[in-house]
Amino acid sequence: MSSFAAGAPPPVIPDFGGPPGGKEGCIAKNGTFCTDWVKEHWDDILQPRLLEHLEMTAIAVGVGFAIAFAAALFAHRRGWFEAPFGTFSAFLYTIPSLALFQLLVPFTGLTLLTIEIGLVGYTLLILFRNVLVGLRAVPAEVLEAARGMGLTGRQVLLRVELPLALPAISAGIRTAVVTTISLATVAAYITPLGLGQPIFYGLQTDFTTEFVATGALAVSLAIVADALLVVAQRALTPWARARRHA
Amino acid sequence: MIIGYDSFRPRTFVDAFQFMADHPGLMWDKTLEHLEISGEAMAVALVIAIPLGVWLGHLHRGSFLAINLANVGRALPSLAVIAIGLGVFGIGKTNVVFALVILAAPLMLTNAYVAVDGVDADAIEAARGMGMRSHQVLLRIELPLALPLIFAGIKTAAVYVVATATLGGVVGGGGLGDIIVNQASYFLKGVIAASIAVAVLSFAASFAFGALQWAVTPRGLQRRVKTIEPDVSTGIVEAATS
Repeated sequence: MSSFAAGAPPPVIPDFGGPPGGKEGCIAKNGTFCTDWVKEHWDDILQPRLLEHLEMTAIAVGVGFAIAFAAALFAHRRGWFEAPFGTFSAFLYTIPSLALFQLLVPFTGLTLLTIEIGLVGYTLLILFRNVLVGLRAVPAEVLEAARGMGLTGRQVLLRVELPLALPAISAGIRTAVVTTISLATVAAYITPLGLGQPIFYGLQTDFTTEFVATGALAVSLAIVADALLVVAQRALTPWARARRHA
Repeated sequence: MIIGYDSFRPRTFVDAFQFMADHPGLMWDKTLEHLEISGEAMAVALVIAIPLGVWLGHLHRGSFLAINLANVGRALPSLAVIAIGLGVFGIGKTNVVFALVILAAPLMLTNAYVAVDGVDADAIEAARGMGMRSHQVLLRIELPLALPLIFAGIKTAAVYVVATATLGGVVGGGGLGDIIVNQASYFLKGVIAASIAVAVLSFAASFAFGALQWAVTPRGLQRRVKTIEPDVSTGIVEAATS
């Protein structure tokens, strides 16, 4: 190109005023983190991706919980079911996320469905184990007392076992949520959805602020979600704290 | 981002093993790179987290920091940490190792803290009564009794590190992730082959630390090792205590 341009007048580059911050500013120099870029693109990049991320996480944990909860209840009644479902979910958990999403693409395409199947798969192990551990940890005397009071099987489950298992179940949901927030960023490798999208896009363009800022936003989201879930967990199970401090 | 994709047939799994047999050099190189990245991260994290966790546990101080670090560490999205590391350190292995240390150290620190902090107070009092000094109590009583839980944290961290090192592929960090993010060159069979290698490596890492645990556990405690092995970092034990 340079030889072709030799002798010719320099190409006219229209002056749009340059990026925010000017030609000598952070963006023009590709600094590590430019607040100008974050301000400019909060509305068109960061905020929509953040909302998508929350949506993806909510769907995955919701569906994953429904499946894992049903499976755990069944395994609690019929002991033989624990081994196959536990092994299946543990097997899913060992597949690297980058690979699992690629393996699903030939079946469900480059879609949200592909991502959700993968994300749900990863929540199963955490939720199944925690629900089951919570149900199993209910003391035998308590169950006997409940039955002695004339409660039916369903009443024992709803009024005794599930409330007592609530701390373990909510801890599982908390772990599942933060894990899913993390894996959902990887999912953008398949479909341009969620906070992973600006990260992968930024990695390709070498514009540093885009992936650093989005990374920081994803980290903040995970920490805030974790903190909010702790608060919710404590509000849901006040007796757990009272017992610990007693 | 993914460029074009391969069709998938049941035979693809057979092809994956064929891929390993056809490209032994590639698989071996990438596996060694993967081990190197994971190994460096584990070494740095071990040196930082275990002494600190054990020391805080010995003093019974800093419980808030030690417990919450693991929660924050577990919550951190690995790809996001790698992206931030890339901005700070630039392309290459350093930023992946840095990110893995950030992700692994909290898990180890919390387990080490809880392990030493939770050693039976009667045993420590008995040791003091026998005239042991503080450091003798730490080395001869607290550490041996805390080993199962300390190693549970190390094993969890090792599996996590080996699995997460795969993400290094997206930032040119090397390792088996290089194959997994390059479906265009290696096809699905290569992606599956590399994934199998990652899974085998993480089991091997967990097994290796299990063997190390066996080796450093005093004879008299060895039989108990297998029965007491709760892991704080899975959230299950946490549920039982919080």
